Amino acid sequence: MVETESKALQAKEKAEVTTPAEQTKPGLVFSPAVDIFETDQNITLLADMPGVKAEDLTIDLREDVLTLSGEVDAPEGPDEVDVFREYRTGKYYRQFSLSEVIDQERIEAELKDGVLKLKLPKVEKAKPRKITVRSS
Amino acid sequence: MLLKKLSGWPGLDWESPFEELERMRRQMDMLADRLTRGIFREPFAGVFPLMNVTEDRDNYYVRAELPGIKADELDISVTGDSLSISGERKIVAENENAKYHRKEREAGKFSRIVSLPAQVNTEKVEASCVNGVLTVVLPKAEAARPKQITIKAS
Repeated sequence: MVETESKALQAKEKAEVTTPAEQTKPGLVFSPAVDIFETDQNITLLADMPGVKAEDLTIDLREDVLTLSGEVDAPEGPDEVDVFREYRTGKYYRQFSLSEVIDQERIEAELKDGVLKLKLPKVEKAKPRKITVRSS
Repeated sequence: MLLKKLSGWPGLDWESPFEELERMRRQMDMLADRLTRGIFREPFAGVFPLMNVTEDRDNYYVRAELPGIKADELDISVTGDSLSISGERKIVAENENAKYHRKEREAGKFSRIVSLPAQVNTEKVEASCVNGVLTVVLPKAEAARPKQITIKAS
């Protein structure tokens, strides 16, 4: 199934953010566009992070805060001079707080063509127990 | 005579007391615009995809961020000094039970043509898509390359 294809894509500048922690490396920080959806079993996150190599991407889940951060190397060669520039490059950073308990052992992450797909399996909820009250 | 001269002063022109404020507002806008975009004054074409064009001695380099698009899904063609890129970004719909928290990524078609400052050698253009970034390398035509001119000593 493919989404309706009639509409044309609009040019958009990347959303620049200021991170809570101060950067040690100078440079711009952008917030990647994401899709997040959940089913009964999983929470899936898709994030557009063009220019990030798999080894430069860090995914961190601590308590219930998920942090995505990806470093981007400048793609230009040393001798290249700008003719014109419409977009800027820099690292990506975004945090989410998750309401569900995630099974940390079974998290799957895949980075393909600049899109991160992160599958966060939910921990099976404790089955409801019936508590019998003993009468003495 | 004197009164007439004074009436030209800002603040004394009671005919349009807001004109001065309006002018100040415009100047503030201009100043704010210069501060925020001054260094990176991008010629925002408003056409997807946004491109960065650079050059060195031999080539032009055109780059665009196209996450989720494979190189073979793009249609790239070059004529003389212009490069056109078109394609479609598809986002596969998930199963119907999926409930969305965020939906910021967009799908759709795009088509763009960009003019380069000089003619390129259309035979030797190369394109590659790595990590969602498209790079097109366009070798400059012989006539467009800088020539080293040696001065003969007489």
